[in-house]
Amino acid sequence: MDVLYFAWVRERIGIPRERVETGAETVAQLVEELRAREPRYEAAFADLSALRVALDQGLADFDAPLAGVREVAFFPPMTGG
Amino acid sequence: MRVVVQQEPFDLGAEANAFAAADTGMGAIVTFTGVVRDLARGDLDVMEIEHYPGMTEKALTKIAAEAQERWALGDVLVIHRYGRLAPGDRIMMVATAAPHRKDAFEAAEYLMDYLKSRAPFWKKEITGAGAGWVAAKDEDEDALTRW
Repeated sequence: MDVLYFAWVRERIGIPRERVETGAETVAQLVEELRAREPRYEAAFADLSALRVALDQGLADFDAPLAGVREVAFFPPMTGG
Repeated sequence: MRVVVQQEPFDLGAEANAFAAADTGMGAIVTFTGVVRDLARGDLDVMEIEHYPGMTEKALTKIAAEAQERWALGDVLVIHRYGRLAPGDRIMMVATAAPHRKDAFEAAEYLMDYLKSRAPFWKKEITGAGAGWVAAKDEDEDALTRW
């Protein structure tokens, strides 16, 4: 699946998007896999309460299943308007 | 309904005039315009707005459709910019048309409340001293509970 990062999540991880092969069943499991990779991922995902997630461009929860999902995005709370 | 996400400036007067003239059955037109506000120190150089292409348009369309379901509206317009803006630049506008003003006012407030915390935009303030992401405010999230 494609994993996208925005705002300070993108800056901490250092890339805007990447292709991830994963067996994770939920968003939370995917986050744990990513966190275990490198310190920059750990820095981005250290506080999940400061993060939001979208699955296929719709807001979702961290316990949401990933089956059939093609695009996951992680970002801080939005500040539009 | 018209939802526009663009980098370039928009003409507030022309947009408002065209929107207001579109339907003679509408007795009330409400417009709201968001402007880049300088920092208290007066040293904001750039407000950089990042967004999530694809999701942004979907989220704005969903919010506008919900407003149309909830209030008796003729039409809804949402324009939101992204990219590098300067203090005084117009960031976004919403316009609502309704037979009566209560629907137009309430729907415009609803659009703004949801657009602030449910549309994927992020603001970064850049000054000579450095750059920082604008943090979401609890009050913006709390504002949704009244709907």
